[in-house]
Amino acid sequence: MSLPTSRGTEHIVKPDPQWKALLECAAKEVFSMMAGVELTEFAEAPQEPQGEQTAMVGLAGALCGMITIRCTSATSGRLAARMLGDEAATNPSMISDALGELCNMVAGNFKSKVTQLADHCMLSVPTVICGEDYVLQTPPPNEGFQTVLSLESEPIWFSLVVQG
Amino acid sequence: MKKIHVLIVDDSSVMRKIVERSLRQAGLELEEVREASNGAEALAEVQNTSFDLILSDINMPAMDGLEFLRNLANLPAAKNVPVVMITTEGSEARVVEALSVGAKGYIRKPFTPEQVKERVAPLLGGAQ
Repeated sequence: MSLPTSRGTEHIVKPDPQWKALLECAAKEVFSMMAGVELTEFAEAPQEPQGEQTAMVGLAGALCGMITIRCTSATSGRLAARMLGDEAATNPSMISDALGELCNMVAGNFKSKVTQLADHCMLSVPTVICGEDYVLQTPPPNEGFQTVLSLESEPIWFSLVVQG
Repeated sequence: MKKIHVLIVDDSSVMRKIVERSLRQAGLELEEVREASNGAEALAEVQNTSFDLILSDINMPAMDGLEFLRNLANLPAAKNVPVVMITTEGSEARVVEALSVGAKGYIRKPFTPEQVKERVAPLLGGAQ
């Protein structure tokens, strides 16, 4: 497990190789409980994230960075319908908000699984980008990972970017 | 079985809808569901309507869930209305504080309708 190190009066937590599995676990739990869908591993995972919907939640405190979820509009529409009812699938605002809430819960669930973060890391409100033509840049030094899970053969990308 | 009046307090309109949907999926009979996006709006609702149950987020702008609870304790008409907090973060300190200032329970996101019912039903007495 990662150990907190001192930064001024705060503790900072270094990323741990086990976090990828914890993020996947957090995502599976949240999607199952809130949307009633089961995320599974890909046999051959697509490499580059694609999709018109990206939700982001910032992390601050013992860990600074962000957690993101990216998928297609069709996938996020299906998720919104499962969470809010069929009428949500055709409402762009509800689709974005639903993905944002999922990202918020995945981030919260992830940090609750990392003992050193639970009480020492705050979450921002979710932000959702609609569109594909963007580049996400984080000032160096940064590190992180991404993973892709399948929702009935449709990919959903999850990433953690850590700053500092 | 008495139908209940519920107030859902959350700055996310989607989360308010998810909570209402969970209550219905859990089999609770809802007579009326009112919504508020922060503690100040919730206080205004409580002064105008009698509720059987309040479900409130903790982290909200304008007035958060903890301040809402403290203010609620000063309203004689609302003193006995059970309040259940809903929170994302794994912050035990915030949950403990909420319980110490009057919350009757808490639900941690993510949650299932069954979990909502487990936490809420005992607080409704004979209503459900």
